[in-house]
Amino acid sequence: MLNTLTEKFNEFTLAVSTAMPDVANSVSAAAGTPDSPWWIWPIILFVTTFVLGIIAVLAGVGGGVLFVPIVGSFFPFHLDFVRGAGLIVALAGALAAGPGLLRKGLANLRLALPVALIASTFSIVGAFIGLALPQDILQMALGVTICAIATLFIFSKNSDKPNVPGPDGLAKSLKISGTYVEETTGKAVDWTIHRTIKGYLTFIMIGLIAGMFGLGAGWANVPVLNLLMGAPLKLAVGSSKFLLSITDTSAAWIYINNGAVIPIIAVPSVLGIMMGSQVGVKLLSKSKPKAVRYLVIGMLMFAGITSFLKGMGVM
Amino acid sequence: MAKEQLATQQAPGTSSPKPKMHVPAEQVAYAKMINYGQWIGVGILVVTFFIYMSGIMPGLVAPEQVAQTWNLSATEFLEVNQLPHGWAWLGMLGYGNFLSLLGIAWLAVLTIVAYLAFLVPAYMKQKDIPFLTIVIVEVLVLTLAASGILGSGGH
Repeated sequence: MLNTLTEKFNEFTLAVSTAMPDVANSVSAAAGTPDSPWWIWPIILFVTTFVLGIIAVLAGVGGGVLFVPIVGSFFPFHLDFVRGAGLIVALAGALAAGPGLLRKGLANLRLALPVALIASTFSIVGAFIGLALPQDILQMALGVTICAIATLFIFSKNSDKPNVPGPDGLAKSLKISGTYVEETTGKAVDWTIHRTIKGYLTFIMIGLIAGMFGLGAGWANVPVLNLLMGAPLKLAVGSSKFLLSITDTSAAWIYINNGAVIPIIAVPSVLGIMMGSQVGVKLLSKSKPKAVRYLVIGMLMFAGITSFLKGMGVM
Repeated sequence: MAKEQLATQQAPGTSSPKPKMHVPAEQVAYAKMINYGQWIGVGILVVTFFIYMSGIMPGLVAPEQVAQTWNLSATEFLEVNQLPHGWAWLGMLGYGNFLSLLGIAWLAVLTIVAYLAFLVPAYMKQKDIPFLTIVIVEVLVLTLAASGILGSGGH
């Protein structure tokens, strides 16, 4: 049973490696060589995060959600430093992409600011929980979480323009509504949200998980903003990316203050993700959300299973 | 209603303008500051990291030593390498490894500054009490997290 699972997993690894040949092969090669010089890791980190930066922006997820499981599974760093760097990576990616999205109107302050407050507050709590848990438990929990995120991506059906009969009381009183221009059709899209209280409560859990695993939170922001609260998909993706810059700031400070951010790991990762994000944001307005989703689902499933097996001591 | 920026977008190969995008002025100002700020942050990261890695300003802990201990938990890493936590690093900027933290701290403080510089004044001017409250509480939350008052976790 385990052999079959391992075989299937190896096949899957090969498929993903084919999608990202240079990066994956470099990591595998270095990981298999215990005598690799220390400086090889920052270089591989830089290349890896550059690629992740592009993909993360196109998928509307934080770089952290891809960075933490992949780097945590294939690089020799303790998970504390990976999560610390993951938050800085997610923060940097959001800061790089945010201005373009805000200027284009693809991110909306009235939509993002209230949920950012909730998520950033609870990400502090999550960060303390994450720093208190043993690494193997955390690695397994991370694997399960990542696989759950991938499953969420598979089964949730995002809607380009959800049907919102009208704003609920809270959305109305906070004036959360507007118009954005869909670039692919040139049409103006009026939007508002509903189920606002339910959505805000969900962001408590999102904040906790983001801080605990250093994941960022785009993977959850987008479906909650889009499916639950009814924001148009592109606006949900853009606003998600922007609010990550706020959510991750609070958790990042907890990791910095606890010595879980070290420059040799964090700086190459941040530089890679920022450069990748700049490329990604240029492609965003013309991207097809569904195509990007399939790529991200594959990467998340791969990274999640790897993380879980590593926590179990199998890998 | 906030003063808004109108961005007219022209469809390729057509002469009729597309609908206009309405972006609040505070949103544009916030975006501009974050954009400049993050590029300054990148500059600081590149320069300080180069200074550290090249040995121009050696770290309190050599990169080789960091690499030998980066498999330890954060708490153990600090103990083994006799490094401080919290804001103590700010007083040790003469060491390359702490100097490299400057760019990271800059990125982590940008949002707080942008809130104070643009969002708080904008919502105050608009007398938008709910959003003014939201942005002020957010600044307090982020400042509390950054202050280190909440203490350290650890295994």
